[in-house]
Amino acid sequence: MPETLIDKIWSTHRVGRRIDGKDLIYIDRHLLHELHAPEAFRKMTAAGRKVRRPELTFGVLDHTVSSAVGRDDQSNPDGVDFIRAMRAGTSRFGIRLFDLDDPFQGISHVVGPEIGLILPGMTYACPDSHASTVGGLGALAFACGTSELEHVLSTQTIAVTKPRSLRVLLGGRLSRLVGGKDVALRVLAEIGVAGAQGHIIEFAGPAIDDLEIEGRLTLCNLSIEMGARSGLIAADEKTFSWLEGRPYAPSGRDLELALEAWKSMRSDADARFDREVTIDCDGLEPYVTWGTDPSQALPVTGTVPDPDTLAPERRDRTERALEYMDLAVGTPLVGLPIQRVFIGSCTNARLSDLKVAAEVIAGRRIAAGVIGLVVPGSSLVKRQAEALGLDVVFTDAGFVWGESGCSMCAAGNGDHGEPGERCISTTNRNFENRQGAGVRTHLASPATAAAAAVAGEIVDVRDFLDRG
Amino acid sequence: MQPFQTVSGVAVAYLADDVNTDEITPVHRSLEPDFAELLFARRKRLADGSLDPSFPLNRAQFAKAEVLVAGRNFGCGSSRESAVWAMLAVGIKVIVARSFADIYRDNCLKNGLLPVVLVADDQDQLERDVIDADGASQAVVDLVTQTITSPTGTNFSFEMDAAERTALLEGLDDIGVSLREEGSIRAFELGLAIDSPWLIALPVATDID
Repeated sequence: MPETLIDKIWSTHRVGRRIDGKDLIYIDRHLLHELHAPEAFRKMTAAGRKVRRPELTFGVLDHTVSSAVGRDDQSNPDGVDFIRAMRAGTSRFGIRLFDLDDPFQGISHVVGPEIGLILPGMTYACPDSHASTVGGLGALAFACGTSELEHVLSTQTIAVTKPRSLRVLLGGRLSRLVGGKDVALRVLAEIGVAGAQGHIIEFAGPAIDDLEIEGRLTLCNLSIEMGARSGLIAADEKTFSWLEGRPYAPSGRDLELALEAWKSMRSDADARFDREVTIDCDGLEPYVTWGTDPSQALPVTGTVPDPDTLAPERRDRTERALEYMDLAVGTPLVGLPIQRVFIGSCTNARLSDLKVAAEVIAGRRIAAGVIGLVVPGSSLVKRQAEALGLDVVFTDAGFVWGESGCSMCAAGNGDHGEPGERCISTTNRNFENRQGAGVRTHLASPATAAAAAVAGEIVDVRDFLDRG
Repeated sequence: MQPFQTVSGVAVAYLADDVNTDEITPVHRSLEPDFAELLFARRKRLADGSLDPSFPLNRAQFAKAEVLVAGRNFGCGSSRESAVWAMLAVGIKVIVARSFADIYRDNCLKNGLLPVVLVADDQDQLERDVIDADGASQAVVDLVTQTITSPTGTNFSFEMDAAERTALLEGLDDIGVSLREEGSIRAFELGLAIDSPWLIALPVATDID
């Protein structure tokens, strides 16, 4: 019987069935972070539990670490207890921690792929809802809470009923300066924030074939915002060459064996999905959000929608969103003045994201009165960007160039905006108060955010560059 | 986990859709936060920091509410389990929502908080009953019989996966249930080592070239 990629990963990782009927799925890799792991360590110690496979488990410091240059444990006073508890816990349980001074320090979802810890056809767990980022390499991620994290540490498995499958077929070709973020916001606008509830999404189609790996990571990153359990994209030649030579990726004879396995990890041509959604990406414009959930997104040339024209169940939320965002019906997105720009996060802080933003910025300056912050997704990205001189492009333009971490995405590290500010951000959530009390967040791609920084208002980055 | 026992308590309605976990519990700044204070920390307060008297959970008659009636896609966003612990910290033991975000529902089940979804017509009626009662009488939620009696006396029944129901009623240790299969886990790992050694035997890496 023809199988989907999800079926294949499921069947190759199914350890057995629990007495309650749930499948026990083996977890190949597990990444922990300091915001949630310390509580699990505390409970495991109290219960006398051991970590089953510490060598398949890694720790990062990302949510609470300061982005200030020359940072240490105490640079973010609210982070110090988390950082130290993480250090103590990983040491106690024999888990490698990518500490502040480690070359592999960074955001879990950026670090895992870039050092080759996550590979096609794998299963992966992380106590963070954006775990599905790694789906861009063809791996199946499980985002989990703290109890689940304890379960994975103790058993190296997750007990779960198989979710339904949803294929999102993306047709057409992406135009210049339109990438994974724009595609994700387009899908979100179509299916909504609960549209994929109970499903794992496989993204496929010509637009996906065209996307580079880092764009695929961005798209899969936003699966959770669609309500999905997870999201992934079958690995192809681009994936294999992207992984080549990464520190934890297999080499030699192991790589030959792995490649053979990886190549079979794609949906069979006649495989059946529980649901399908098709979206044409030909002529897709850069997308920007106007509201307070990531599905409240429009092409940048759009205007703020009228709640009265929407379905009743969307009306209340829209009215509330417009009030919070201080937007009037019919206002064009282009021209909205912004006061802050953040380029960073597990969504859009890989090297290609910083490159495209730097291309837009190069030789220009941030508009007067706008505050700009760029925070690389990992210390490796930071080093690679600096080797290319991107840090100078950003700082010459007036941006602050920070140390790697989650930074202003969830404002858990001391970086935040001020009440009433309009902020364009390359992150994943425009929820009320997320980037600081009263901050009005517009989600966009790195190219769009960079152009807005220079213009001091939301602009169509394609016109912006054409104008010179 | 504590076994789930029949709840007889005040029901409160907060009916917005897509209530996210940032709203339920903003990122905590301490390893041992005050979860009751963290619950709806921003939502429940006005700009000047005082409690918003119009926010349902702030009203005196709902101070000891044990049942929360909610909208669609409740608990979307982050996987943070604090968004469940904070409910338990104020005494909420049951959430009846139009639908739940997947991870939030998992987190409820792992902490003995009962997530219920009624058929839409029943949910409409329950919402009306809870608003009409305004905290003056109690709702009863019985997981054994899978029934809810609204504060005004309407009876509803709800579906629940049999295994999830058993786990809640018996307060089963989820990790313990999985470890019954430890032999299978060990056998699976042996197979991995033979068939896919690269998955299980990692190279040593300290930096990139």
